[in-house]
Amino acid sequence: MATLNILVLVCLSYVALLFAVAFAADRAALRGRGTWLRSPLVYTLSLSIYCTAWTFYGAVGFAARSGLEFLTIYLGPTLVVIGWWWALRKMVRVGRSQRITSIADLISSRYGKSNTLAVFVTVLAVVGTTPYIALQLQSVTFSFAAFAETGPGTGQALNRDVTAFWLALGLALFTILFGTRNLDANERHHGVVMAIALEAVVKLFALLAVGVFVVWGLSGGVSETLARIDASKIATWDVSASRWVGVTALSAAAFLCLPRMFQVMVVENEDEDHLRTAAWAFPAYLMLMSLFVVPIAVVGLDLLEGTNPDLFVLSLPLSQGQDGLAILAFLGGFSSATSMVIVAAIALSTMVSNHIVMPIWLNMTGGSAVISGDVRQVALLARRLSIAGVVFLGYLYFTISGGGTALAKIGLVSFAGVAQFLPALLGGLFWRGATRMGAMTGLAIGSVVWLYSLFLPSFGPAVILSEGIMQQGLLGLSWLRPQALFGSEGMDPLVHAVMWSMLLNTAGFVLVSLLSFPKPIERLQGAQFVNVYEHSPTSGGWTGGLAQTEDLLIMAQRIMGPTQAQTFFAGAAGGQGIGGYLPEPSPDFLQALERELSGSVGAAAAHAMVGQIVGGASVSVEDLMAVADETAQIMEYSSKLEAKSAELTRTARKLREANDKLTQLSRQKDAFLSQVSHELRTPMTSIRAFSEILRDTKGLKAGEAGKYASVIHDEAIRLTRLLDDLLDLSVLENGQVNLNVQSGTLADLLDRAAAAAGGEAATLKIRRRRGDEDIILSTDLDRLAQVFINLIANARKYCDAAQPVLTIETRMSGETLLVDFTDNGSGIPVDKQDVIFEKFSRIGDTKAGGAGLGLAICREIMARLGGQVTYLPGQQGAAFRVSLPLEQRVAAQ
Amino acid sequence: MGKQVLLIEDEPNIIEAIRFILSRDGWDVRTHSNGLDAFEAARARLPDVIILDVMLPGKSGFDILAEIRADAALADTPVLMLTARGQKKDREMAERAGASHYMTKPFSNAEILETVRQMVVP
Repeated sequence: MATLNILVLVCLSYVALLFAVAFAADRAALRGRGTWLRSPLVYTLSLSIYCTAWTFYGAVGFAARSGLEFLTIYLGPTLVVIGWWWALRKMVRVGRSQRITSIADLISSRYGKSNTLAVFVTVLAVVGTTPYIALQLQSVTFSFAAFAETGPGTGQALNRDVTAFWLALGLALFTILFGTRNLDANERHHGVVMAIALEAVVKLFALLAVGVFVVWGLSGGVSETLARIDASKIATWDVSASRWVGVTALSAAAFLCLPRMFQVMVVENEDEDHLRTAAWAFPAYLMLMSLFVVPIAVVGLDLLEGTNPDLFVLSLPLSQGQDGLAILAFLGGFSSATSMVIVAAIALSTMVSNHIVMPIWLNMTGGSAVISGDVRQVALLARRLSIAGVVFLGYLYFTISGGGTALAKIGLVSFAGVAQFLPALLGGLFWRGATRMGAMTGLAIGSVVWLYSLFLPSFGPAVILSEGIMQQGLLGLSWLRPQALFGSEGMDPLVHAVMWSMLLNTAGFVLVSLLSFPKPIERLQGAQFVNVYEHSPTSGGWTGGLAQTEDLLIMAQRIMGPTQAQTFFAGAAGGQGIGGYLPEPSPDFLQALERELSGSVGAAAAHAMVGQIVGGASVSVEDLMAVADETAQIMEYSSKLEAKSAELTRTARKLREANDKLTQLSRQKDAFLSQVSHELRTPMTSIRAFSEILRDTKGLKAGEAGKYASVIHDEAIRLTRLLDDLLDLSVLENGQVNLNVQSGTLADLLDRAAAAAGGEAATLKIRRRRGDEDIILSTDLDRLAQVFINLIANARKYCDAAQPVLTIETRMSGETLLVDFTDNGSGIPVDKQDVIFEKFSRIGDTKAGGAGLGLAICREIMARLGGQVTYLPGQQGAAFRVSLPLEQRVAAQ
Repeated sequence: MGKQVLLIEDEPNIIEAIRFILSRDGWDVRTHSNGLDAFEAARARLPDVIILDVMLPGKSGFDILAEIRADAALADTPVLMLTARGQKKDREMAERAGASHYMTKPFSNAEILETVRQMVVP
C-alpha cells in the first residue's frame, strides 16, 4: 500500500506540476513573453499526443501478440508527415485563413457552412472518440491496479470505477481550466500545449528508461537482446501484407482526421514553418518511441508468461522490484493518457458546443441574442459543459463496457471511424468540384458501413449484432454479412471494414459531387479552400455599424467600379442626411445595394454577399474579395473588350471620315485647279483678245482703243488680285504673319467692311444694331476687317433670297466677342458645312465668284487673331460666327 | 447680211472681244449670257453657228449642248465650245457631248475667226 500511496502522491505532484506549467505558459503568453512557447519543437512535441496510452502500453502488447505489425501505427503518420508535407501545409493554411476551430468546422465550412454536415461530423467524431477516451481511463486504472496487486496491501482491492471517476473528474477540471480560458476556439491554448509537450517528453523518457533497463539491465546488452528476439516467437510471426497496407493507410488517414490531431496540428499551429521541423522531428520521435517496443515485448513474454502483455512496460520493472522505474513508467502512461483526453476533450467540446449546443440555444432564444456578452457567456458555458460531457461519456463507456478485452481493439476501430472524414477532407482541399451533397453522401455511406461492419461487431458477438446477423447477414441476406460484405469472405475484419467503408465512401462522395450542383456559397468556399495560397491569409471580422458599411463599400467598389460605387454610396448617404460616403446600413439601403450589385453579379451572388457582410456571419471579407476580384477581373476584361471594340468602331469611323474628307479634298483640288485655270485664263483671254485687236486692227476709233486698253488694264488687276489672295493664304498658313495691332470700335470696323464689300449697292440689305457694337477692339483691325468684308461679300454673292438681307448681331459671351453674320438665303447644305473653310472650296461648280479662297483666308486670319470663325447651323440662312476673345489683345500687345 | 452666230458667254469683256472680231468679218453676232435659258435663246434664233462657254451661271455648257443635240431643229447646228479649264477630260466630255469644235481660252483672234468660218462651210 505504501507504494500505492507513494504512487498517488507522485501522481498528484505530477498533476500539480502540469497545472503549474500550464499556468506559467499561459501567463507568459499573455504577457507576450516566452517566444519559446511558439517554437517548432513544442509544436512537434504536441503532435506526439498521437502516441496515447494505447500506443505507450498497447504497442508492446501489440508486438507481443502480432509481432512487427505494431510498426504500421507509426508508419502511417510518418509517411504523412514526410510525404504529404504539402497537404498538411495546405490544411494548416486553410485552417488559419478561415479561422477553423475543428475538423467538423473545416468540413462544414468548406461545403457551404452546412451545419448539418458539421453535426454529422461531430456525432461521428464523438462516437469514434468516446471509446478511445474510455481506453485511456482504462489504461490508467489498470496501471493503478497493477501497482495495487504487486504492492504490500494487496488485500485492499482497488475499486476501478472510483479510480476512473476521480481521474475523469481531474482531467475534466484541468481541461476546463486551461482549455476554455478564451472563447475564441481559434486562439492558441499555450498552457495546454506546453503541458502536453512536457508530457510528451515524460512518456518518451519513461519508455526509453524502461527499454534501457530491459536491454542492459535484464538481458545484459544489445547482442544478448537480439539473440533473445531471434529466439522468441515474435521473430517468426508472419505478417499479412493486406493488414500491413491496410493498417498503415488507416493510421495515416487517422493522423489527418483525428479530432485531437487536427486540434494540435491545425488549430494550435503558430506558424506554417513549424511543419518543416515536424516533418523530420516527429518521425524521429516516433522512431524513439518504437525503439524498445520489441525488446520489452520479448523479455516480457519470457519473464511474465501468461500476464497481460499490454502492461509489460509497467509490470516488468515492478516484477524486478524496480519501484522507481515502475513509477516513471506509470507516469509515462499517465502522461500519454491524460494528454490525449485533454486535447480530445477540447477538440470535441469545441465541435459539440459550436455545432450542436449553440445552434440549439440560438434557435431556442429565437436567434435574437444580439448582446455580445450574453453569447460569450453561453458559449463558454456550453464549451465547459461539453468538456465535462465528453469526459463523462468516456467514463460511462468505460464502466458500462466493463473494461473488457473489447477495449483493446478499440484503437483501430476508432481510427477507422474518423478515417471516414478523409474523402470529404481531401476532396474539399484539392477538388473544387466537391459538393456538400457529395460530402454528406460519402460520410453517410462510410459511417454506416463502418458502424455495421466494424464498430458494432467490435462489442463482441451477440452483444449488439446477434449471432444470426453475423452469420447469415442482415435480414438473412448473405451479402450483408457484417464481416463479409458482398461476399468478400476470408478477409481480416478490420481490413475488410476499412476497404469497404472507404471505397463506398469515396465512390459516393465523387459520384454525388459530380452529379449535384453546388450552391454559390459552396463555390465561394471551395475556391477559398482549394486556392488558399492565392488569397490573403488573414481574416477579418466586423464590429458592425460603419465598419460594415465600409466593407460593403469596398466590396461594391470591386464589383461596380470605384466611381459608380462611391456615387451610389454618397447618394445613399445624402438621402439619409449624412455627408461622406458611408450611409447607415439600413434595410432600404441594403436592398438597394443588393439590387445594384445584382446587376453586376446576379441576384443570388449579390444576396449572398450582402447577407454575409451584414449578417456578420462566418464568411470573411477576404472571401468576398476573392469572389469580387474574380468578378471584377471578368468584368474588367469584358469591358476592356467592349472598349476595344468601341474604339475600333470609332477609329473606323474616323478613318472613313478622314477618307471621305481626303476624297473630297482631292476632288476639290481638281476642281480648284480647274477653278484657278478658269480664273487665270478668263482675264488672260480678254487681255490677249484685246491686245491682238489693238495690234492688228487698223483704223480703230480713239474711243475704242482707249476702252480696250482699260479692259486689258482691269483684267491685269484682276489677275493680280487672284495671285495676291493665293499668296496671302499661303503666308497665313505658314504663320509668317506680323499683326499690326490697332484700337478701334467694332461699329467703325463693320462700317468699313460693309462699304468695302460694296455696301452701297442696294442688292443686299444689311441689318445691324449699332447700340451693341460700341465695343473697343485692340487687334489687327485690317485683318479683322478683311474677314468681315469676306463674309459680307459672300452673303452678297451667294444669298439666293429674292430680297437678300444680312443680319449682323453682336454680343459678348464672357470675355469673348461674338459677331454673327446671318443671311436669309437657303444656307449651306449639311454635307458642305465641313468643307467650306477648306481652301479652294466653292459651293457648286458653276456659280460665279471667287476662287474659293475667301473663307479659308478668314479661318486662317481668325486663328492668327486668337479667335475663330465657324458656321452656325440651324439658322434661317447661311450663318457665320466670328468669335474673338477680348483678353487676347493683352497677349497681342 | 452675213451668217448669224450666237455667242453664249458670261464674261462681258470676252463677249465684247468676240463680237468685235466676228462683226468685222461680216457676221451677225447675237449674244446670250445666262445658262438657264440659253437653249431657248438658240431655239428662238436658230443661228448658223453657236459659240458656247462651258462655265455659265445657272447651267453647265455641257448640259446646254446636250439639249441642242437632242433638238431636231438644232441638232445639226455646228457648236464651238470654249473653256477656261484646260483639262484633257473637259475636251473629251465636249466631244462626247457632240461639240463640233473645242477651243481653250485664251485663244488667238485669228484662230477663232478661222474656226468659225470653217464650221459654216458646207
